[in-house]
Amino acid sequence: MKITFDWLKDHLSTNLKEEKLLEQLTDIGLEVESVDNLSAGLDLFKIAKIVKVEKHPNADRLKVCDVNIGNKEFKKVVCGAKNAREGLITIYAPPGAIIPKTKTKLVVAKIRDVTSYGMLCSESELNLSDESDGITELASTKYEKNIGKNFFSNSNSNSNLIDLSITPNRPDCLGVRGIARDLAASGFGKMKNINEKKIKSKTKQKIKIKINKESGQGCSIFGSCLITNVKNTESPQWLKDKLISIGQKPISAIVDITNYVMIDINRPLHAYDADKIEKGIVVRNSKSGEEFTALDNKKYKLEKGMCVISDNKGVLGLGGIIGGVRSGTEFDTKNLLLESAYFEPRSIRNTAKKLNLDTDAKFRFERGIDPLSIEDGLNKAASLIKKICGGEISKVDIQKIENFKNKTIKFNPNSFEKISGFKISTKEMVKILDDLGFKSKKEKNHLKLTIPSWRPDISQQVDIVEELVRISGYDKIKTIEPIKERTKSTLTKAQKLFHFLQRAIASKGYLEAITWSFTDSNHNNYFKGSNKEIKIINPISSELGVLRNSIFSNLIMCIKKNLDRGFKDLSIFEIGPIFTGYNPGEQNTIICGLSAGKKSRLSWVEKDRNVDVFDIKRDVVLTLVEAGYSSEKFFTDNQTPNYYHPGKSGRLFLNKGKDQVAAYFGEIHPNILKGIDLKTESLVGFEIFLDNLKLPQKTLNDQKTKFRVSDYQKSERDFAFVVNKEVSAQEIIYIISSVDQNLISNVKVFDVYEGDNIPENQKSIAISVTIQSFEKTLNDSDLEKINKLIIETVENKTGAKIRS
Amino acid sequence: MSDLKKIKEEFLSKLSSKLSLSEINQIKSELFGKNGLISSQFKKIGTIEVSERKKFASDLNLIKDELQNLINSKINEVENTEINQKLDKEKIDITLPERPFIRGKIHPVSQTIDEISSIFSEIGFNVEEGPDVENEYNNFTALNTPDNHPARDMHDTFYLDEKKQKLLRTHTSPVQIRTMLKGKPPFKIIAPGRTYRSDSDQTHAPMFHQVEGLHIDMNINMGHLKGCLNYFIKEFFEVNKIKMRFRPSHFPFTEPSAEVDIGYQIKDGKIEIGEGDKWLEILGCGMVHPNVLKNVKVDPEKFQGYAFGIGIDRLAMLKYGINDLRSFFDCDYRWLNHFGFDPLDVPTNYRGLSR
Repeated sequence: MKITFDWLKDHLSTNLKEEKLLEQLTDIGLEVESVDNLSAGLDLFKIAKIVKVEKHPNADRLKVCDVNIGNKEFKKVVCGAKNAREGLITIYAPPGAIIPKTKTKLVVAKIRDVTSYGMLCSESELNLSDESDGITELASTKYEKNIGKNFFSNSNSNSNLIDLSITPNRPDCLGVRGIARDLAASGFGKMKNINEKKIKSKTKQKIKIKINKESGQGCSIFGSCLITNVKNTESPQWLKDKLISIGQKPISAIVDITNYVMIDINRPLHAYDADKIEKGIVVRNSKSGEEFTALDNKKYKLEKGMCVISDNKGVLGLGGIIGGVRSGTEFDTKNLLLESAYFEPRSIRNTAKKLNLDTDAKFRFERGIDPLSIEDGLNKAASLIKKICGGEISKVDIQKIENFKNKTIKFNPNSFEKISGFKISTKEMVKILDDLGFKSKKEKNHLKLTIPSWRPDISQQVDIVEELVRISGYDKIKTIEPIKERTKSTLTKAQKLFHFLQRAIASKGYLEAITWSFTDSNHNNYFKGSNKEIKIINPISSELGVLRNSIFSNLIMCIKKNLDRGFKDLSIFEIGPIFTGYNPGEQNTIICGLSAGKKSRLSWVEKDRNVDVFDIKRDVVLTLVEAGYSSEKFFTDNQTPNYYHPGKSGRLFLNKGKDQVAAYFGEIHPNILKGIDLKTESLVGFEIFLDNLKLPQKTLNDQKTKFRVSDYQKSERDFAFVVNKEVSAQEIIYIISSVDQNLISNVKVFDVYEGDNIPENQKSIAISVTIQSFEKTLNDSDLEKINKLIIETVENKTGAKIRS
Repeated sequence: MSDLKKIKEEFLSKLSSKLSLSEINQIKSELFGKNGLISSQFKKIGTIEVSERKKFASDLNLIKDELQNLINSKINEVENTEINQKLDKEKIDITLPERPFIRGKIHPVSQTIDEISSIFSEIGFNVEEGPDVENEYNNFTALNTPDNHPARDMHDTFYLDEKKQKLLRTHTSPVQIRTMLKGKPPFKIIAPGRTYRSDSDQTHAPMFHQVEGLHIDMNINMGHLKGCLNYFIKEFFEVNKIKMRFRPSHFPFTEPSAEVDIGYQIKDGKIEIGEGDKWLEILGCGMVHPNVLKNVKVDPEKFQGYAFGIGIDRLAMLKYGINDLRSFFDCDYRWLNHFGFDPLDVPTNYRGLSR
């Protein structure tokens, strides 16, 4: 909502300064978004005429215009607008002028070798409208004689444009008067009494108006008056200045007057060319498929049940949203019908949303317009039209299918302190509410309040508390220091695990990234595994069109981007959600990492090597061990999703057969690297599924067994088995450990070999076994016995042969 | 001259010359080996007459000690010389780089979430979570924002179905609903997490982070709200004093509602929080609307309290001097390295939030 202090003063007498005004507005909840001195330097903008247009010698889209800027002065201006043509009257900004929209200062500039002195401006650049397609076009009939004169009048030179952010609950503050009322209640000046004179007329409004009584009717009151024999003209200077002062472009007296009334008292009106209405107006629900062309020159096809203003020939306009071209007023309009109606917010919103329409009127009606402002609006606008355009005004005609009644509410003054934490007297409360337009009556222990018709937002006691706190000032709220006391643990076990794993992975050299929860469907397809694709129906771009089924889809692009920047060795991880369905809760928390390139690249002390699957396996296993899971129970196999290298990846269980997959790890499938054109020596990744990690019932401390160590001598024995390739190291280790759990304290693979001297499809695996007793020092025969048992068991269970 | 004296003289002279380690060891075994000269003398003790035995034994011990000490010191000397010679040769360029290491980092948003949790933990809040995909009811309707409410326009929502029943939550407030529906008052929670709006430009990202706060009990009023936020802001920015302004605003799910600004100034190109005459909006809050309490089966006659929502990314930007919101999600290796935190840097109350 844009206002000026000057305009406010139409409704408010005050001696206070603008600086105080800005503070006060924000303090009562009418937040000042920006303050602009519109008129500063605006006297530089001149009405000018293009007298000659030539094509720019070095640029197809640019033109070189000779511009008459008055006083027989001509300037050369380079311009890119399509509509720049000979004879066009437009607005010229000389070097030194500051463009209101961009705040850039113009200079004499060479544009592709042609010197341009200043610029021809679009309406959007001057903040006159959103029209940015082409330069401003001024009607030659009106402006021909004004060439060389200032486009902006000087009379507002001291009034700043104040832009307020009005919250959706305050439609009343979409009018200058409403803002003035709030200010007055807060002690900033006094409201001026303005009593709009009632129209005195003997002629009846001749056009018949009917509101159809039908279910879902979006209009409950339709007020109108007919003004005959008007002469639409240019607005007088004061009215033009008023609109320009808030950044609007004057159009014609009739349009300007309806805009003025809308902004002044938040009463949207609509003017019809009465001669174009066929046999009266019917306000009704639209039929499916009805069409009409609106004032934005677009054709709209309506659905069933939209509130339309129609005549015998069809739809004239969408009530409270936009009028139609067929009945629009023009400069030659002679007789006009002025509409002032009440439309239901819900109906307005439904229709506007379906047709994707946003207008000033819609914005106001959907928030709720004062139903009692209908006559005021007609009185104010009609008398102004008569004054400026002449003509005869008819009586006001009001059709309604519902009677408006002010709501009342019981308010217990004690509820104020209970919510706000501070006290004001009931007398003060009554005063504030009275200033805001409430009528109050004391009844026993409460106040009976009549809610003003312009406040649709107020329906219960707490709304009144808000009004009182707001106007008293939020600075009156005391600060009650919080008590430092904790009755519940801050984090749950799962949350603790989340934070622990996050830092555990980071401590292994991975940088934490945060990427979108959505991703490109093409990338997602690589990693979606058995999940189904989850589409967003209104994505900001197709590259962010689906919810991610895996973090890899985004993370791999991070790796690619950074590789493209010239980094070669990268480790990145993210912890966050992946999505498995459309329903709330169908998501899992994953910690996902990728590592690319080499270890020890260009190191003088170590030989470099590619990162490999055992690097990433270490990171996963160590992280889980650090998190408190016992690696002795870990179990790995090679069943992994198809985005991993089928032969160089694994899945890890915390406890074989007793739980879900804890993690996948491995090389990323080479086809994917090819698909996204990612070039690196090696790319390995992992995914740990937090929701699959069983949370221990006991604390880590309670899980620890008794401290028990053996001081008897330990022996290390080495074995080399030749075994079928298919037999996994994990299996052999498990078999050996199970031979005698009391004696075998450690089993380590220290060599794996395939090739010369080993039969095809077999491998040699060398294992060191640590044997130690808790009871005695083992003698040679004890050791011999256990050695034999190890060899026998491994041979029997795996078909291996001990190498001699 | 007795045998003992002879041995002594002979070996003292032998040991006085320059000897190698093996030569010394040779002498050592000649004397103290199994059949060495001194060892043999000890074996003789039994055969010596009782009257002289005592003296003999004492002399023998003296000689043994003397020779042993000499040998030990001789060995020591030679070893020292050897070590010194070795040290002279073993010289490296210690300025060469260490073995390669890589360092991981925690994202500033994660660090900030940990800081926030740590602060609120101190005053009794516990952490709750909710799903990123929400239904329309929890995200809007239950929060007193029925369909057709203009406030819905303030949230550019991503929808997952044509009927607009499933969506990506536009704020963390639905966690309020979930928390209150599953438990009984009092409630004192924060809920940090990802939030989504279909908005994307220099200052808006389609995904960002919020932390929700909710405190519902018998007599919680706006003074408690002010106190809580004042405490939080001071702790978070690690300053003793903070300039803070509560400004009336409107959110459908709170009444009265407020936006909170903090004072700042720009000094030497850097933002200073808590000083100065400029205001910066950092959060929205208010007293939970009775309609919301009714929707979650909490009796608004008995219970009341406040809620707030803070933009986490914004706080992180302010505290850590990050200019561009979008850079948070850009995954630029250099950026992550520059703004990230060491994983050992866990924010705690006793050690302070940041180093």
